[in-house]
Amino acid sequence: MSTQSTRLAARLMVAPSVILLFIWMIVPLAMTLYFSFRLYRLLSPERTGWVGFNNYIWFLNSPDFWLAIWNTLALVGGVLVITVVLGTLVALLIDQPVKGQGVLRILVIAPFFVMPPVAASIWENLFMHPQNGLFAAISRGFGAQPILFLEQHPMPSVIAIVAWEWLPFATLILLTALQSLSSEQIEAAEMDGASAFSRFRYIILPHLTRAITAVILIQTIFLLGIFGEIYTTTQGGPGSASTTLPYMIFKQAIVAKDIGRAAAGGIIAVILANIVAVFLMRGLGKNLDA
Amino acid sequence: MARALSPRRRLLTTIAAWFVALLIFFPVLWMLITSFKTEASAVASPPELFSADWTFENYTEVWARSDYPRFFWNSVVISIGSTLLGLAIAIPAAWSMAFVPTKRTKDLLMWMLSTKMMPAVAVMIPLYLVFQRVGLFDTKIGLVLALMLMNLPIIVWMLYTYFREIPGEILEAARMDGASLWNEIVYVLTPMAVPGIASTLLLNVILAWNEAFWTITLTTTKAAPLSAFIASFSAPQGLFYAKLSAASTMAIAPILILGWFSQKQLVRGLTFGAVK
Amino acid sequence: MTLTTRALLGASALACLSSWAMAETITVATVNNGDMVRMQGLMDDFKAKHPDIDVQWVTLEENVLRQNVTTDIATGGGQYDVLTIGTYEVPIWGKQGWLVSLNDLPESYDVNDLLPAIRGGLTVDGNLYAAPFYGESSMVMYRKDLMEAAGLTMPEAPTWADIEKAAAAMTDKSKEQYGICLRGKAGWGENMAFLTAMSNSYGARWFDENWNPQFDQPEWKATLESYLNLMNNYGPPGASNNGFNENLTLFQQGKCGMWIDATVAASFVTGKDSTVADKVGFALAPDNGLGKRGNWLWAWSLAIPTSSQKQEAAKAFIDWATNKDYLALVASKEGWANVPPGTRTSLYENPEYAKVPFAKMTLDSINSADPTKPTVKPVPYVGVQFVAIPEFQGLGTTVGELFSAALAGQKSADDALAEAQAAVADEMKAAGYIK
Repeated sequence: MSTQSTRLAARLMVAPSVILLFIWMIVPLAMTLYFSFRLYRLLSPERTGWVGFNNYIWFLNSPDFWLAIWNTLALVGGVLVITVVLGTLVALLIDQPVKGQGVLRILVIAPFFVMPPVAASIWENLFMHPQNGLFAAISRGFGAQPILFLEQHPMPSVIAIVAWEWLPFATLILLTALQSLSSEQIEAAEMDGASAFSRFRYIILPHLTRAITAVILIQTIFLLGIFGEIYTTTQGGPGSASTTLPYMIFKQAIVAKDIGRAAAGGIIAVILANIVAVFLMRGLGKNLDA
Repeated sequence: MARALSPRRRLLTTIAAWFVALLIFFPVLWMLITSFKTEASAVASPPELFSADWTFENYTEVWARSDYPRFFWNSVVISIGSTLLGLAIAIPAAWSMAFVPTKRTKDLLMWMLSTKMMPAVAVMIPLYLVFQRVGLFDTKIGLVLALMLMNLPIIVWMLYTYFREIPGEILEAARMDGASLWNEIVYVLTPMAVPGIASTLLLNVILAWNEAFWTITLTTTKAAPLSAFIASFSAPQGLFYAKLSAASTMAIAPILILGWFSQKQLVRGLTFGAVK
Repeated sequence: MTLTTRALLGASALACLSSWAMAETITVATVNNGDMVRMQGLMDDFKAKHPDIDVQWVTLEENVLRQNVTTDIATGGGQYDVLTIGTYEVPIWGKQGWLVSLNDLPESYDVNDLLPAIRGGLTVDGNLYAAPFYGESSMVMYRKDLMEAAGLTMPEAPTWADIEKAAAAMTDKSKEQYGICLRGKAGWGENMAFLTAMSNSYGARWFDENWNPQFDQPEWKATLESYLNLMNNYGPPGASNNGFNENLTLFQQGKCGMWIDATVAASFVTGKDSTVADKVGFALAPDNGLGKRGNWLWAWSLAIPTSSQKQEAAKAFIDWATNKDYLALVASKEGWANVPPGTRTSLYENPEYAKVPFAKMTLDSINSADPTKPTVKPVPYVGVQFVAIPEFQGLGTTVGELFSAALAGQKSADDALAEAQAAVADEMKAAGYIK
């Protein structure tokens, strides 16, 4: 159906989205690039000027930089692994014909409706708090010392919180994929005497490949920019134990009010995101075709 | 792939499924329970599941202390407005990507998603300055635009996935009958894609509703939505667990209720082409 | 359209216009602290006195508020007509010319009634740039019952040695009872407010007269080591995430023997949410016999940005919110204990207010802090628990993170101090203070 006129019409119809997104991307990006070479501190407006690569050098030389990169990747990787693995298991479970399926599903999706700052604050205050949290009370019930989640294990705790927020998303995508799997196929395999594990390994898992790809792609894009949960729970600490790259940028932009350095950090983050994206596309790109 | 199970296995599966679901839901439930406690019993040790003195006091106090209806209304306008505007722009784009694909369609989709890679904090000052200069600061229309652009890549991608499930022959048949391109999209494609569009709409309303960085940074009073409402209740002086829980419940209740009623659509909406 | 409806429409349009011309709306940005929330409940009084001014509130958590108003004022946004800012911001912003001078407030405001220490902190080159809403220092709050059980008495003006002795005596970890609770959460306004004030009493300082950082000096080492000693032996677990509010909760639950923090906490620990309300005693912040106490000085204050288009209305609001009548209004509605403290001499001369248990200790604490001479040795800066330079928010947070890591056991005190010294020296060079 692609006559010349439809092709032209098609271009015209893509145009608004592309143009708007291009402006939305290029204007802040250009300004950020400009600021990244400038001395620009919000509270000292009298001191301005070009500083070359100083802002980048500061960022790369900062003692926290490599830790922050590692933490960023650990956060993305950790959350992806947890949500994909648990998401698959939960999806398999709630796909079964059980009583009250509708209610069950809404319970599983519920965390997705919770605003991230609210989610982080619930976990910090009502669960992980070393004196008043529910976990501390449970530990005490067993006569054990409360675990200091955010103080001694800040990164795993943050990863757990973020994974809780994104688990419903992964579960739902995987659930929908499961529902489109024909039961005849499974039954046939069952007849042939295939074990539950091999049914999963050779029939269900291949069927889920595209869904898992979608989960990884979308979540990675959101997870690379996460800082709100860290800000609410650990402020990147103790020390810099849970500082990620976005949180480092946040500190420069909002605490130190150094817009130049924050801009340099932003450009570094974009480069990092693109590196991650290239790896993702290499690893997963073929799964997207269909 | 739902299949019949033996009664015993069915019972076991039901128990397991409910256990897991309640475990995942528990933090939200605990917040709900806490919101009805007094501040003192909210931090009681050992924790009280069913506090002796249940109270609505937290809700009345939160209600009295801030203009909840205004925040609520702003959230509604911003999240629905940005989603509708996004759909209006994305439907034609997704149509042409799905039915007139080129070599670069996939790259274009990836590029669209990549516009979301810049960390928000890094572009805070640039966008703040732009919004201020063009008079969009603290306006609902400004936030509608910002959130629309933020979610546009996701909207396009989701719609693209749905449209690809619609057989192209039907559209061609319509064209044979002399329908214009416009009529084809409005009267043939759109009705067929209603479930997909509905679920896209829902997911993006939720994403917009939950956005808590730009909605606070780019507003003061007139356009401030529920995220700002929450920011006025977090970390105050004194005991606050119960009041924070009440405020949080008020902020997420509307979207939770909406989600409850539209669970089926949502399940479809979150597929992103996972289904063939 | 009939003539009558047309006339009616015209009349209502006119009414709209005239009320629009009459009423001016000002936007007031404020923090979500108890005293400010109380003020919002008293707006009927303001409306009665100023029917022509409507007030629109932006109430936010302290950090978010600071972020939004700073961005606004530094970029000349002009979104706000009244800002709630602290003694750290006022001298810096005043010097930048970002704030409107309040020297022309009406006679009835009685500027000479303001406590001198507070007024001094809000004045730059003879211009008062913000009107204090409430002022605070820090002091020791302790459990009288636990002290008694331990056979100790708290002196009115304790030394750090007294504090350690009391903390040791009151600690019983098996009962979740900790001798002392102090701030551990990283941040220039969190742990560094406490530690900087504490360091003053140990004779330490942030910078010498030539802006060289002093974290490599023995005074800072002594400060940090005794802080870590107190917290590791007698403090609650997980203290590296405890700020003002976390400690307040712990104290209200009866888990702390002592707590050294803001004087405004006094009304909370003796208030309705507290399980230990009738058992709390107060004492001055500790010293080490060097002539400086470990207490700070802060005032949440109302200021008008020069970018505001409605400066007269904003002034009328500030006058209403911070003058003597407002204190009387709060007292009549909510009782004297809930009056915003720490701003006016007349309040402390009021015999009714003297009955409030923490009134005298608050005043003594405020009077014993001197932002212009905060330290034992001379310094080139103003500010007790902060250094009033634009770079301090970043510096204070960096150092605060290092000290918080030391408290969490991730770093030794020596490493934390050495890293602090290096980081601050780098920043001060980059900012051009030292060559």
